[in-house]
Amino acid sequence: MPGQLHGQCHGWTGRILLVDLSTGRHETRDLPEDVRAAFLGGRGLGGYFLRDFATLPCDHPDLPLTIASGPLTGTDAPASSFCHITTRSPLTGTVGDASAGGRLGAELKRAGFDALVVTGRAARPCGIEISDDEVRLTDAAMLSGLPTHDVFTRLRQRLPHGSLAATGPAAESGSLFATLLVDLYHQAGRCGVGRVFGLKNLKYLAVRGRGAVRVADPAGLARAREDILRLVNASPALMGQQGFTNFGTGSLFDLMDARRMMPTDNFARTHFPPAGELNAHAYHTRYHPLKRGCEGCPVDCKRLSADGRPLPECDAMSHFTALIGNDMIELAMRANDFCACLGLDPVSAGVALACHRELTGEALDPERVLELLLGMGKGEGPAARLGRELGQGAARYAGAHGRPELAMCVKGLELPACDPRGAYGLALAYAVATHGGSNLRANPLSHEVLRKPVATDRFSFSGKARSVKLAEDAAAAADSLTVCAHLLLATGMEEYARAFAAVTGQTATAGDLLACGARIEYQERLMNAQNGFSAVADDLPARFFAEPGSGSPDIPVPPVPRQEFLAARAAYYRIRGLTPDGLPTREMAARLGLPWPDGSPAQAAGEGEGA
Amino acid sequence: MTDFAVKYAAKLAGVGLCAEGEPFFVVQDAELAFSHAGDQRQGVAVAAIQGLGAAALLIARPIGACQMTVLALAEEALASGAGFVVPGDCETRTFLHDLPVVRGLDAPGLIEALSRRKGCIVVADGQALLAAAGSVSPEQAFVTASSMAFACFVAYFAKHLRDLRAGTMTEARRAVFAAIRAQLDQDMARLPGEMPELLPGPFADEDQARAAMVQAGRFVVEYGLVDSSFGNVSCRQMAPSGELLLISQTGSSLDELGGCIDPCRFDGASCVGLTASSELTAHRAIYDGGPALAILHGHPRFAVILSMDCERLDCPGLGECHRACATPRGFTTDAGLDIPIVPGEVGTGPFGLCNTLPPALNQGQGRPGAIVYGHGLFATGAVDFRAAFATLLDVERFSREEYFRRVAALDAGAGPPRRK
Ligand code: SF4
Ligand SMILES: [Zn+2]
Repeated sequence: MPGQLHGQCHGWTGRILLVDLSTGRHETRDLPEDVRAAFLGGRGLGGYFLRDFATLPCDHPDLPLTIASGPLTGTDAPASSFCHITTRSPLTGTVGDASAGGRLGAELKRAGFDALVVTGRAARPCGIEISDDEVRLTDAAMLSGLPTHDVFTRLRQRLPHGSLAATGPAAESGSLFATLLVDLYHQAGRCGVGRVFGLKNLKYLAVRGRGAVRVADPAGLARAREDILRLVNASPALMGQQGFTNFGTGSLFDLMDARRMMPTDNFARTHFPPAGELNAHAYHTRYHPLKRGCEGCPVDCKRLSADGRPLPECDAMSHFTALIGNDMIELAMRANDFCACLGLDPVSAGVALACHRELTGEALDPERVLELLLGMGKGEGPAARLGRELGQGAARYAGAHGRPELAMCVKGLELPACDPRGAYGLALAYAVATHGGSNLRANPLSHEVLRKPVATDRFSFSGKARSVKLAEDAAAAADSLTVCAHLLLATGMEEYARAFAAVTGQTATAGDLLACGARIEYQERLMNAQNGFSAVADDLPARFFAEPGSGSPDIPVPPVPRQEFLAARAAYYRIRGLTPDGLPTREMAARLGLPWPDGSPAQAAGEGEGA
Repeated sequence: MTDFAVKYAAKLAGVGLCAEGEPFFVVQDAELAFSHAGDQRQGVAVAAIQGLGAAALLIARPIGACQMTVLALAEEALASGAGFVVPGDCETRTFLHDLPVVRGLDAPGLIEALSRRKGCIVVADGQALLAAAGSVSPEQAFVTASSMAFACFVAYFAKHLRDLRAGTMTEARRAVFAAIRAQLDQDMARLPGEMPELLPGPFADEDQARAAMVQAGRFVVEYGLVDSSFGNVSCRQMAPSGELLLISQTGSSLDELGGCIDPCRFDGASCVGLTASSELTAHRAIYDGGPALAILHGHPRFAVILSMDCERLDCPGLGECHRACATPRGFTTDAGLDIPIVPGEVGTGPFGLCNTLPPALNQGQGRPGAIVYGHGLFATGAVDFRAAFATLLDVERFSREEYFRRVAALDAGAGPPRRK
């Protein structure tokens, strides 16, 4: 009901919605207080619902797919409208998750649910429509195969209000890095979460909530909000003249090249001479973009061109140019738009293309790039067969061709556009991230490049093990509260703990939230261990330890020193309470209040294939 | 990390905030390490850093007038039951919010306070200690501790004047104030007073301009006109690639600027200045709207304190002075420098100083400097950093004298002398 205050508790609604696509039934359950306190919401809650099913293959109907908001979602806490999507990754076999901006999380919460947990598999493509208390499953067969913007246009005609999220053709055709698009231009991009939607035959979500989130101390929340906004306004990276608010995440592009850490030619080099013509300023001059953002965010880092195409984020700007040897800005723009239309992760797609280019020596002209993307996303067109192969990810592709060393992945997840030879904390963070090669688990660029909270020596491992562990804990807490990761470039749990306390009425310090983050991370380690991941998987491609980057006279970029990397990883394991082989221990799990999983044998992740 | 712990412990002593060899750092990655051996606070510090899981922990005892001002505010916070000190200056408040006060030096107290805030004040054995933690480097704890000391100094002197105006001063506090002032005179004796020799402009090339920035930054810190981790410096310089705005990076140490200067293109064709000072937008607007070629920004303490002294005790805008004061304010120094005081928060928000500072500096033929309320002084030079540095020195000297003139006048029961 409009304006209704949900549940008895503050912050959370205390209810979750379970939908079984096999039977078409749904039910509402209480979310127990101790689970809320231990896992907060978002990513933490997603892991909690996954952990008893963590070894199921991705096409198993019992595998849960969780879309969870957090205690701050839908409140005035800045940049907290996110939701987090968690399942097992078909691409990597690890825990698979992605955060999504837009307002899906906020609408879900206002409809009265902390989370939507989807299990089962529909016989035909279907949608889940939630309007406050009303939940229904719809037939979505007529949306199959359509580009995402057509899916959104059709759904919008019928559902003018609320948030929409949909997959593209890639989720149906079997690409393992298919995404979910939220509110047209927010990608839940990584780990192939979209493919699990496809495997469940779930095409879209439409959520409208007209209730309100109970806030225990509105004045306290207003104070916390002011503290956060003051810090955001003081952040050069977020709000400065050259920051995200003016150029989107593309702001980072010039810096990556200037610091000699722009992945070039499949990470063989780290500097791309034409970068200056392909930067955020060039996009702004050429495409006159409109500024967009998530609900309740002061930064507004999204950009749409005047003709309605999303401008690429920094990773896509870089991977569709430097990584694949392309110096045409319009090709990068089109490749990114193709990915959005097909529902493909541009980061993984770019790395897969670059891997193919290096492996075969084939030059990728514009037409070929688009053909291959179409093949990856739809399994159609002149490059259908090769595209399908690349759509299984760079690691499977390179492995199948006998050159596994050319896949620039960690645990099978393709690396984003920052070269680890240029930042050793980043190298460690990539290696140990529980969902594979990503800088979203800990963002050492914050101090190694962006100088916040203070600058650290990017070519040193000194102190990096602990800083990675602490940043992972903070990111896990933020993903669970839910708060946009970009905001951590300016604020931290110190400020968000005040917002959390005001919203929920529970006293909490930054230390308390970090402790939740540590529990959430460890829970993911437990699931990965069940699936056979250990220290061997916490590693970077050999290239980074053997080949130097493209240094300049004042910035030498040597290979990452292997022994120091191993020492830092060993230190990380000790600090995190893992064995020297990167495995969880019973004592640590017990100390964090986590159950020790049954010794169920690990099974392969996806559709009968190995992790 | 140990080398950084040693470096920043020495730096705290080097700027006169602590006695040599006193500041104590514990750092840990997987193993513990210390800035020096045999410190009797080691047991407490180790228990605290382990409880917090932090990367660095600092315990330091400020000396001189800093010790006295921190202690005065901390004891007041304990006596009133508030349990924390609110910084008076707006830059410290932005980053630290408030400073919890803990009675007694023990691990549980430190863990409690530092799991909430970056730093806290400990009152133990009649002395005030500063404690701070960091998640990536000892430098964080250093920055927090020096910010806390600055914040308390400014808050103490500002409050004294405010309470004199409000008529709520007590004899006991007057006595403490007199002692602090005497100590301050001693402390000041260690600072150089004469104008240093700065590289003359115009600068032939980018390298020369950078060298001048490094030198100016170092002197601003050495002369006590800013704590090393705050302030910024920039200049406008022609280069083969086009006109550049050279500016210190965000979070750089003004006394160690080598390698920490970003070249921002005036044509805006690159975002390589993403790491530039948070005041880049303000610097840019100052250059765009006036004749300046160089800008120095410091936090001279009495200029900041004086900017917060206002006679209008019944002003309807009270509480919003730092960001929305609508009254034209300022002063003229003995040397005839006309210095406006404007409101404005750090950075680029709706109340950002980038909206208020540039028009104030660019009024008429351009002004030599302007103070941002409760924050600091921005001084300009039309050729190089010499004029800007002289302005910083002159404004701070004048502000200190003027501050004590106002105190004396209020103590004597008369109104303060009206200067402008
Ligand atoms: S910073 Fe960008 S992604 Fe994050 S909440 Fe704001 S608009 Fe959304
Ligand atoms: Zn300042």
